[in-house]
Amino acid sequence: MMSSPGDDAEVAAGLQRVAAVMAPGRGHVEGVRRLSGGASQQTWAFDIRGGTDSVPLILRRAPDGAGERAQMTVGLEVEARLITAARTAGVPVPAIRHVLRPEDGLGRGFVMERLSGETLGRRIVRDARFAAARRVLARQCGQALARIHAMPTSDLPTLRRGGPNAELQFQMDLHRRHGTSRPVFELAFQWLRRHCPGDTARPVLVHGDFRNGNLMVGEGGLVGVLDWELAHLGDPMEDLGWLCVNSWRFGALDLPVGGFGAREDLYEGYAAAGGLVDARRVHYWEVLGTLKWGIVCEAMAHAWLAGHERDVEKAAIGRRASETEIDLLVLLAPR
Amino acid sequence: MQDRPTPAELLEAVAAFLRDHVVPGGANSAVAFHARVAANALDIARRQMALAPAAQEREHAAIVKLLGADANSDLAQLNRMLCERIACGAMDLDTPGLAACLWQITLDKLAVDQPSYETYLRALRDAEPDPEDR
Repeated sequence: MMSSPGDDAEVAAGLQRVAAVMAPGRGHVEGVRRLSGGASQQTWAFDIRGGTDSVPLILRRAPDGAGERAQMTVGLEVEARLITAARTAGVPVPAIRHVLRPEDGLGRGFVMERLSGETLGRRIVRDARFAAARRVLARQCGQALARIHAMPTSDLPTLRRGGPNAELQFQMDLHRRHGTSRPVFELAFQWLRRHCPGDTARPVLVHGDFRNGNLMVGEGGLVGVLDWELAHLGDPMEDLGWLCVNSWRFGALDLPVGGFGAREDLYEGYAAAGGLVDARRVHYWEVLGTLKWGIVCEAMAHAWLAGHERDVEKAAIGRRASETEIDLLVLLAPR
Repeated sequence: MQDRPTPAELLEAVAAFLRDHVVPGGANSAVAFHARVAANALDIARRQMALAPAAQEREHAAIVKLLGADANSDLAQLNRMLCERIACGAMDLDTPGLAACLWQITLDKLAVDQPSYETYLRALRDAEPDPEDR
């Protein structure tokens, strides 16, 4: 989706007001550009220049009134609080610099430091310059996840309670609403019902979207864990399973951890930082995660079919749901 | 009778235009990204026109055989019936023929949707007899 020139000028003016608060008397905003995002949530890059130095920053915002299809998300203010708490817990994340106020005129959201690195999964999996990073990344992911899961939940904002039962039911309801017939999904739902491990006794903070694509990676490895909007309380093994879903391996099938690492390295890093791995639960969440991504693809095509979101990407991604069907067959009925 | 280019040829022409002229013109921009997605979508449509008639016949025959269903049922009905049998637990992976049927249907879908998807390529390679075993 493209931003209009009016949009750019409005954001630049808003950021100039924010800069006056962040760096009183010396902040001049430049280089404002839209990076990504749909109608409901946007990411912008910009710099605040003061004298000779320039501070690279990111604005994440939801313009007023937006936010359908956001039923599972925590909202940007909560996301900012979670990122700050994660930073305190030693998780690599960008520092939050400012949470938007109504008088900033930019909607809801926050400004954070702009880390340098790569987030495109395909490049992280393939580019020669990340060869050294790939050797340590799975282990670093394990460590970061163990730290997230050890964060004291009493200090966190109120979050929805997840877990295998709730997630399975949510995905089932969503799939039923789409009204599509997919025998492979039915087989996956059947397997998931029969093998559901039940909720964990003590729910922990779950990132909820910890995968290759939401990780900022530099040549030395993990630089930042991004996109906390799907955070919730639940089973820590959900994050490990989701990270291993084949859809995030970008063709590197034999490196189950994001297409860059071995399961053993992920588990070792997790244990080294005090986490306890339950491989059976990880597998359960990998199956459920594969199905979930298929249903997300289906949901996006459904949004196009229903006329809510008409960009070509939404239509085309419906034809990627079958990728998860073959991945589910590999997991459940290997030949 | 309509003249050539055929629908498939028109789709091919437009996909090539998007890839050769629109994508390079807007490197890294949202337009380049969406142009690539659009070209891929046209390729899906073209592959479906070529492959779906035979694939749907295979799918129809496979589900009719698996369910012992009326051969006059249409493909949508058959898929709904198969989904219901699995959802109610009447069929599962112990049901003879179910896994093979789902594999065949899924491989045919991938041949249209994403023939370069790595899981699909590997499944095709694994299905071929290993030359060293002969």
